[in-house]
Amino acid sequence: MCSGRVDLEFILRAFSNGQDGVFIGGCRLNECNYITHGNYDALSNTHLCRKIMEHIGLNPERLRLEFMSGADGNLLAEVTDDFIKQVKTLGPLGTSEGMDGKDVKFKLEAARKLVPYLKLVERERLRVPVKSEEAYTAFFESEPVNRLFSELFGDKLAVSQIMLLLKEKPLSTSDISEKLDLNPSDVSRHMNASSRQGFVRYDTASNCYMLA
Amino acid sequence: MEGEAGDFKVVLKKRPRYIIEEKCTGCTTCVEYCPVQYPDPFNQEISDNKAVHVFFSQAIPLVAYIDDSCLYLKENKCDICRGVCQAGAIDFKQTTEKKDVSVGAVILSAGIKPFDPKVKDEYGYGRMQNVVTSMDYERLLSSTGPYEGKVLRASNKKHPKKIAWIQCVGSRRVAEGENSYCSGVCCTYTQKQVILTKDHDPEVTCKIFHNDIRSFGKDFERYFQRAEQLPGVEFIRSYASITREDPETGNVAVRYATTDEGVKEEEFDMVVLSVGLNPPADYKVLAEKFGIELNSHGYSRANHSNPIETNQSGIFVSGAFQGPTDIPESVFTASGAGAQCGEFLDYRRWKLAKERVYPPERDVSKEEPRIGVFVCHCGANIGSVVNVPSAVEYALTLPNVVYAKEQLFSCATNSAKEITDLAKEKGLNRVVIGACSPRTLEPLFRDTLREAGLNQYYCDMANIREHCSWVHSKQKDEATEKAKDIIRMSVARTRHLEPLQEYDLPVNKAALVVGGGIAGMTSALSMASQGHEVHLVEKEKDLGGMVRRIHTTIEGMDVQAYLDDLIQQVYQNPLIHVSHDATIKNVSGYVGNFITTVDTEGRTKTIKHGASVIAIGADVYKPGEYLYGEDDKVFTHIELGELIAGGDEKVVNAESLVMIQCVGCRNEDRNYCSRVCCSHAVKNALKLKEKNPGMEIYILFRDMRTYGFREDYYREASEKDVKFIRYEPEDKPRVEALEESGKSILRVTVPDPILGQRLELDADILSLAAAVIPSASTAEIAGHFKVTLSPDDFFKEAHVKLKPVEFAADGVYLCGTAHYPKHIQETINQAYGAAGRVMTLLSKDTVIASGSVCEVVENDCVSCGACITACTYDAIEFIETEKGKKAWVNPILCKGDGVCNAKCPTNAIVLKHFTDEELCSQIDAAITDEDILCRIDCAMGSE
Repeated sequence: MCSGRVDLEFILRAFSNGQDGVFIGGCRLNECNYITHGNYDALSNTHLCRKIMEHIGLNPERLRLEFMSGADGNLLAEVTDDFIKQVKTLGPLGTSEGMDGKDVKFKLEAARKLVPYLKLVERERLRVPVKSEEAYTAFFESEPVNRLFSELFGDKLAVSQIMLLLKEKPLSTSDISEKLDLNPSDVSRHMNASSRQGFVRYDTASNCYMLA
Repeated sequence: MEGEAGDFKVVLKKRPRYIIEEKCTGCTTCVEYCPVQYPDPFNQEISDNKAVHVFFSQAIPLVAYIDDSCLYLKENKCDICRGVCQAGAIDFKQTTEKKDVSVGAVILSAGIKPFDPKVKDEYGYGRMQNVVTSMDYERLLSSTGPYEGKVLRASNKKHPKKIAWIQCVGSRRVAEGENSYCSGVCCTYTQKQVILTKDHDPEVTCKIFHNDIRSFGKDFERYFQRAEQLPGVEFIRSYASITREDPETGNVAVRYATTDEGVKEEEFDMVVLSVGLNPPADYKVLAEKFGIELNSHGYSRANHSNPIETNQSGIFVSGAFQGPTDIPESVFTASGAGAQCGEFLDYRRWKLAKERVYPPERDVSKEEPRIGVFVCHCGANIGSVVNVPSAVEYALTLPNVVYAKEQLFSCATNSAKEITDLAKEKGLNRVVIGACSPRTLEPLFRDTLREAGLNQYYCDMANIREHCSWVHSKQKDEATEKAKDIIRMSVARTRHLEPLQEYDLPVNKAALVVGGGIAGMTSALSMASQGHEVHLVEKEKDLGGMVRRIHTTIEGMDVQAYLDDLIQQVYQNPLIHVSHDATIKNVSGYVGNFITTVDTEGRTKTIKHGASVIAIGADVYKPGEYLYGEDDKVFTHIELGELIAGGDEKVVNAESLVMIQCVGCRNEDRNYCSRVCCSHAVKNALKLKEKNPGMEIYILFRDMRTYGFREDYYREASEKDVKFIRYEPEDKPRVEALEESGKSILRVTVPDPILGQRLELDADILSLAAAVIPSASTAEIAGHFKVTLSPDDFFKEAHVKLKPVEFAADGVYLCGTAHYPKHIQETINQAYGAAGRVMTLLSKDTVIASGSVCEVVENDCVSCGACITACTYDAIEFIETEKGKKAWVNPILCKGDGVCNAKCPTNAIVLKHFTDEELCSQIDAAITDEDILCRIDCAMGSE
C-alpha cells in the first residue's frame, strides 16, 4: 500500500472521530517504492485536505505529511516528537479554533459528504503540472486556485451542511442562516437550487424547508 | 575437495558455535548475563562485546555464538548462559563438525579484506589513538556501532570537530606491503562518510586529501558534487602525510601541499585512513585447494572473455575475488556465476527440490470471526518494556477475540507450530500476531496459517516492537497502553479480512533479448545453453554493436576474434533466433507472458516470451568542440583505436599526439563520467608507444580514472614517458589549426597551474575522449517495456546497488552499456548476471502474483476513468459488460499500490487486503469510547 492510497475520507474520518492530529508518512519524493510516485498524490491530497480544514475553521497544522525512507528512523522520531508537541500546543480539536465538539463534528460530516465530489474536482481542475514539492506548494497556495477552491467547495459545503440540518428537522431560511452563520440571501440561493434539483421541498404552511 | 566438474566431493569443517542453531531465537538474554567482556570483532575492536553474542544485528542466522574468551571454554568456570537460556540452546559439548557435500560446481566468493595500515609505521595507525581506518569510521557512524552511532575520539570520547580523510591508503602505491592497483571504491565511500558525518553533526569541518577523484560509477559524479558542496567540506588534491600526535590533546598533525599556499601542517581531531581492498585473507589457501590460478595481486586470474570462469572447469568466481569491485558489480557477477553453474548443471535442475504440501484450505468465510491473538515477548525486546500479560488480558476483551496467548518468541519453530495447533484446536479463523514489523516475518506467520488450513490473508501483524517497545523503552506504562492500542486496531482490521487467492501464472519459457551486441549475445547464449529458446533482436543488419569498432582491450584481449567467435556461436545455436534490421513495434503482456511484435527485414514477427532482456548498448557523442569534424587530424578515441589497428601511417608515424579527456560529459549537459575513456586513452597511448616509442604523447585529463588493475597500465604509460597534464573544467584546453614551416599542425594550449601560463603543445594528431551517451532508441524502448530512465537517460535499474540487472517492472532485465558505460569485461559479467536473473524466472513453470490487488465493483463503477489515469502500470482498462462500459483490473499487472482507490469518486475500486472497510475500522479503533468520554468530561470540566 502506497501513501497515495490514503483517502481524504481516512483523514477527515480520523478528525471526525475526535483525533487532534493526523500524520501521514510517505516515501521520499522521487524515491518511489513502486514506479507510481503516489506520494505526490498524497501531497496533493494533503494540500487539499488542509484547505478543507481551513474552510471549516480547523487549524490545517493538525495535518502533517512527511517524506522519509526506511532508513530515516531518526527523522521519523524527530518529526513525530515535533508534531506531537505542536498538536499539544493546539490542544483538543476545536479548542484553539474556538469551535465546540458538536460543531466540529457537524462541519467534518458535511465535508466528508463532499469527498466524492472533491475527487472529481481534483482530477479535473486541481492537477499540478510539475512534479516537485515546491511546485505543489506554489500551485495550492496560488490565488487562482484559492479562488477556484472557494467557489467549488464553499457553496457545496454550505449545501451539505444545510442537508445535514434538515435531516434532523424542517427549518426556515432564517433558522438556517442563523445556525450556519450564513448570509440569508446565500441560503435562499442554495435552497432555490436544491428545490430545483429535487433535494428539498418548501412547506408553505410552516414556512420551512424539509428534505424531499 | 576432490573429484571433477559436475561431481565434486567437498569436505566442510564447521567450528563449534556452542549454540544449537535450531533452538536459539536470537533473544540475546545470554549476552546480557555473560560476565566476559572482550573487544568486539564486528565493531573493529573499538568497543567490547561479550563472550557469547550475536555477531551483528542483521546476522543470518540471527543466533548467538560463543567465543574462545568464554570462561567455561577456558577454565570450566562459568555457565551462567546455560542457566538463563529459556530456549535451552547452549551446548558446550559441540565439537568441530565435518560435513561432506556433493556438488556439481563451486563458486568462490570469498570477498575482500580491508588493507591493514599497520604494515606501514608512517600511517600512525595503532600508534596514534585518533587515527582510524575507514572501516573503523564506518562502524563509528553506524547506529549499531561501538558508540551507538556517535562518532567519538578514542582518546577522550569526545565528538571530533575537525576530521581529515587521507585517500589511497594501501592503494595506488608501489611500496612494499601496499597495492599498486586502485581499489575503486574508496573515493565514493569517503564521500558517503563525509555526507553522513555532516548529517550527524553539521558543525564538523571535513578535509579530504586525495589524488584523482574517481567517481566513475553510475550517479557517482552527482554524489561527489553533493559531498563537495556541503559547507565546511573541502576536497584538497594533495599527498598528505601524518607527522605527529599532540601528546596533550591527542590531535593528529597532517602535512600537505596546495598550489596556492605551498606545504603546510594542520592539526585534526581525527584522521580517517581511506584504506583500500586486499584480496581475501586466505586467498593462497583457497587457490591451492581449488587449483585455480591467481594474478600477481592475489585475485583470481581473469579470463578476459569470461571473468567469472577460472582455469578449473566447474569452479567460478564472483564478487571481489575477480578484483576490487563495488556492490552492483558484486551482485551481478554473483548472478552471473549462478548462470554459469546453471549452464553447467542444467540437466540436473530441480532434482533436489521438494514440493511443500499444505493441508486443504478450510472455507471460513461464512463463520463469525474467531480471532486468536498471540503477543510476543521477543525475549526481552518487547517483554522488558511492554507488559505482555496485561496486553494479552486486554486482547481477550476485544470483540471477536476468542483466544489470546503470550509467547516468548512467536517466530521460533515451536511457537509457530503452537500457533498452527491452537488455531486448529480453538477453531480460530483469523490470527493477530502482536510482535514485530511485517516486513521480516509476515511470510512466516502466513505460512503458519496455511499449515492450519486457513487462508494466509487471514493474518495481521500488530507491530509492537519497532513501533512501540523499541522507541519507548523508558516509558513502560505508556508503551503498554500503546501496545494495546496497536493490538486493538489490528483486531478491528482483522475482523474484516477476506480470504484472497494468489495467481499461479504460467511462464512462457522463451526469452527476448533486445540488442545484438556483446551484452545481448552473451546473455542469449547463456540462456540458450540452459535450454531456453531466445529471440535476439538487432536493429542493424549485423550482430556486434559498438564493439565492432574496438580492436583490443587494455589487457590485450583480441576483441574482434572474440566477437567473431561469439557471433558464430549465436548463429550456430539452434535455440537462438536472430532478427536483423529489426524494430520493435509493440510490447504487450506481463511477466511470464509477453507478446512482442517486431518488424524485421520486410516482415512482421510476433514473438511470445516470458522474459525480456534490454541490451541495446550506447552511442558515442559526436564532439562539436576542438575542431572535430572540421580538421582531418582530429579524431575520437574509438576512431584513433581503429586507425592504430589499421596501421594508419599518419597516426603511427606522428611526431606528437595530444589526447583531451572528458569531451561531452562531466559537464552541465551530461553530468556523469563515461567511465571507460581514461583506460581507452592509456590503451591507445601504450599501443602507439609500442609502435613508435619516440612519439610525444600528451594526455590532458581532469581526473585519471583508471580504476582497479587498470592503474598498472596508467603507471606503465607514465613510465614510458606519456605526459599527463591535468586541466580544470573552468579553463579547458584550446585548439587551433596552424601552418608552421610548411606543415599544418594543431596547437593545443592548456594552463599550467605551477607556471601560471598556458603550455603550448603542437600536435600532429588530436584525439578526443568522446562521451558514451545513451542510445538514441532508449526512450522508445523504455516506453515499450514500461521501464524508467535515470537522470542521465540511461535505463534505471530496480535498485542501483542491490538489483542492478532488474527493473521495477517484473520480467524485464537489463545489461551492458544501456545500463551505464562500462568496459567489455564488465559488460560480459553483467550479461551473465542478467541471464542468471532471467533463469530464476524462466526455470519455473509458474510465477505467483499477489492476492492483494485491486478489483472493481462493477455496480458502483461510473466509468469516469479516474482509476485508469491513476494507474502507472496500465493495469486498468474499460471492458464492455452487460451494464455498459466498466473499469476492469488485470490482477497480474496490478502491483497493489492502491493509488486508484483514493481517486475513485464512488469507491468502486477496492485494493484487496487494504479495503476502505479494513482501514476505516482501524482508524475508528484508534480512538476508544473511553477516550471520547474522557474528552467530553474534560470539555465539560472546562465549561
